[in-house]
Amino acid sequence: MGHDHDDGKGGCPHGVSRRGFFTAVGAGAIGAATLGRAQAPAAAPAASAGEPTKVTLHVNGRAHTILAEPRWTLLFVLREQLGLTGTKVGCERGECGACTVLLDGVPRYACMTLAFEAVGREITTLEGLMVGEQLGPVQQAFLAEDAYQCGYCTPGQIMAAEGLLRTNAEPSLAQIRTGMSGNLCRCGAYAHIFKAVKRGSELKKAGR
Amino acid sequence: MKTPELYFINEAVPDTALPQVKPEPWAATRVVGTAQPRVDGYERMSGTAVYPSDLVLPDMLHAAVLRCPHAHARVRRVDASAAAGMPGVRSVITGDAAAADLRWNYGRNVFTKLFDPHCRFEGEAVAAVAAETPQQAWDALRAISVDYEVLPFVVDERRALDVGAPALHEGGNRVGDVERYERGDVTKGFAAADKVVELEFRTAAEIHTPMELHGCVARWDGPRLTIWESTQGVYPVQQRVAGVLEMPLANVRVIGSYMGGGFGSKLQADKYNIVAAVLARLTARPVKLFLTREETFLCVGNRPPANMRLKAGARKDGTLTALEMTCTGTGGAYPAGGTSLVDWLVRDLYACPNVHTELTDVYINGGPSRPFRAPGHPQGAWALEQTIDALADAIGMDAIELRLKNVPTVSQTREGRPPYTTTGLTRCLTEGAKAFGWRDAKRHPKGDGPVKRGVGAAACLWVAGSGGPPSTVIVKLFADGSANLNMGASDIGTGTKTVMAMVVAEELGVALDKIQIENADTATTEYATASGGSKTVPTESPAVRDAALAVKRQLFDLAADELKVPASELAIDGEDVVSKKDQKVRKKIAELAGFRRRGVLVGVGTRGPNPENKVVNPFAAQFCEVEVDTRTGEVRVLRFLSAHDSGRVMNPLTFESQVIGGVTMGIGLALTEQRVFDRQTGKVVNRNWHDYKIPTAMDVPADITSLPVAPPDDEANTTGTKGLGEPVTIPTAAAVANAVHDAIGIRVTESPISPMRLVALLTEKRAGR
Repeated sequence: MGHDHDDGKGGCPHGVSRRGFFTAVGAGAIGAATLGRAQAPAAAPAASAGEPTKVTLHVNGRAHTILAEPRWTLLFVLREQLGLTGTKVGCERGECGACTVLLDGVPRYACMTLAFEAVGREITTLEGLMVGEQLGPVQQAFLAEDAYQCGYCTPGQIMAAEGLLRTNAEPSLAQIRTGMSGNLCRCGAYAHIFKAVKRGSELKKAGR
Repeated sequence: MKTPELYFINEAVPDTALPQVKPEPWAATRVVGTAQPRVDGYERMSGTAVYPSDLVLPDMLHAAVLRCPHAHARVRRVDASAAAGMPGVRSVITGDAAAADLRWNYGRNVFTKLFDPHCRFEGEAVAAVAAETPQQAWDALRAISVDYEVLPFVVDERRALDVGAPALHEGGNRVGDVERYERGDVTKGFAAADKVVELEFRTAAEIHTPMELHGCVARWDGPRLTIWESTQGVYPVQQRVAGVLEMPLANVRVIGSYMGGGFGSKLQADKYNIVAAVLARLTARPVKLFLTREETFLCVGNRPPANMRLKAGARKDGTLTALEMTCTGTGGAYPAGGTSLVDWLVRDLYACPNVHTELTDVYINGGPSRPFRAPGHPQGAWALEQTIDALADAIGMDAIELRLKNVPTVSQTREGRPPYTTTGLTRCLTEGAKAFGWRDAKRHPKGDGPVKRGVGAAACLWVAGSGGPPSTVIVKLFADGSANLNMGASDIGTGTKTVMAMVVAEELGVALDKIQIENADTATTEYATASGGSKTVPTESPAVRDAALAVKRQLFDLAADELKVPASELAIDGEDVVSKKDQKVRKKIAELAGFRRRGVLVGVGTRGPNPENKVVNPFAAQFCEVEVDTRTGEVRVLRFLSAHDSGRVMNPLTFESQVIGGVTMGIGLALTEQRVFDRQTGKVVNRNWHDYKIPTAMDVPADITSLPVAPPDDEANTTGTKGLGEPVTIPTAAAVANAVHDAIGIRVTESPISPMRLVALLTEKRAGR
């Protein structure tokens, strides 16, 4: 790989990037909150933050109805209530992207999304990228390129890459950088992550 | 002087039983040295790997710790009555609780209470809560009322010894005596120099911030305690917890089979382990206690800041005549090696007859430091490698040439000046420079526009990286030819499990996917020291090889009877045992009748001693190219090349991952990372990843080349390996600083090279100041 230059176009137009996060979450949170209210049963009184309330979430193609406190984040519900620990907890304040999931196919920080905001949305986690027991194409690509070290940020990286590739099947290096910029890796695997996203793009095209 | 043994307890170098045989070095390898994806890649990619923070146990409670919000304070009174009655709260403990009346050792002989009324840094533990949900635990923390006597503080180590500075401990703010080192006579050395340069440097404190938060799950079964801990070493945690709770080691089980990064901050137990254990005991429920991200910026370690003055002299031909360094640093509020090893490179990287160093370690009201990837070394390299460049400029010599003039063959600091097994420094510098295109790159125009280009280089060694005893490993070969590898070592993301499986595959012909690995569990896996100090591969891989060879000997004894060939004439070829003399005489391992009757062969391996009177150190040299925007002060790193003498490359894929990871982390030290204290309050103002900036995908080059230059170090150990994980990050920041200097002619002596700092320096330069 030679020197890379920013083509200025950026990547992942609908996803989160670390730098564009605040504008994204501003609009997204308002939108989701409005949607959440619109879909709540008309008779339901406003629940207090700590009061267990029935909620149905669609995760990886299955509906889960649970009692959740309105203040619970999607991250907390996925990990501690549904046992889907592929989604990791890194900061709980929208900085690192370890908790990245797809909401209707778009990367979102699950720590900055209340479970109630995800009602009516299709939630996809790392587990949802599996093809039965087999790794999906982006997971295979990360494994093959050794695009991880401790592996803790990796589920989030994979979800960000998946989201990027769903909107841009053949991203340039600059677009990959932007698309992956919402996900920190303290082990510093970025150079291999860039390669993995490229390989993931190829594997997806080849239908693996 | 004694070799620093950073990672061992009580400064004792542990021992291990000797291996039964000393095998010949591998002449040719079949698996070792090939690029292999990780053996636990599936688990990590699919999400089935259960990290300690992923654990959800039946009936589990969640705990949280209340921490002192002041840099320096005394707790007068804690009122937890309101918290205790809140929904979901099952236990609240404060300093007054009998169960919390425990001693905590902060290093050396400094003991405090678990919840000590004297809080010497922001983030010290004051109370803790266990509740049904984490949200309820946090609510309860907010309901605890603490009456603090706020005390005067000092958070700037440069002010800690001033007259009138608040004293953290009885006897003042000095941590022991000034540490002095001297060889030769620097006064004479400087007199003999044609040129002398003298510069002052500072590196800011860095925070480890591994992706997985620090924390654990604790569960009691009667008298037995199990802790699932995100750790680099399960045994050190077991020892510490058992010590504090006065329990038999056997009754404290620590499990850490997966962990999400540590970089030195997870080499030891923490107060939170004790808090979780106490809360689990009081509630008779499992307790999960993971810190918040903010807490990890305050109380689980840091790389100490270093204030360094360095003076260096050389003759016109490039011969170094004298080096003199003074450094003031701080390990925070307790003894934690605030200046540990900062001078090591000055003392040992280059041949120099006259060296004098002085290290002053002081207390400040900051969180205690912990070893951080190559303790002391990146700081020392920042000063030394920039000074060497300045010296090269002063005598008009190429910076690489100057370094090559002064490559040592012996460790000058250690007693008796023992030789290195290999000194790959020359090869790192010459082969690295060639592969990077150093000479052409130096001649490359800097650019006429506002954006300037420059190249820089820096070199290093790492004081440890030899590995050594103790380590015990067990390899089991099942009758179908598949194997089990049992070792205590943690895989902290370096690929330890993969490399060790490759050693088993090499010796026993087992395919990697037929090797099951158990690791990092004090109840079921063998003794290992913590994974740190770049020592895991050179420590564990010879022990694994020894265990595999023990299995092989038993296998050949069995096969000798059946094949009618002496055991000494047998070899393994794929899945077969074969006669070395006649390749047609062979039998599948899985079909050996004697083996099938036996069911399993068990081999115990240990790590033998390191060579006597020799020093095993890894060496490296790094080269980089940067772009500096003179309008904004922004620095872009365009490419990096990292040349290494780390002995045998076990797995080029994971080797390269270490290199890019180390370079990336070093770019953080160079350009963005710094802990900032508020002058008014002594509080850390950037306790999150928005304000404390670690490199992102936007900040690092895609072009990072890993260049191993050295052959296996067969004198070092039976796998010919040396450490890698730390040398990869030692010279990085200095190389970036040297490249910035090459680009714009400004030597940035204080880290990080932030746009704000650089713009100020550019403005000064333009004004001719």
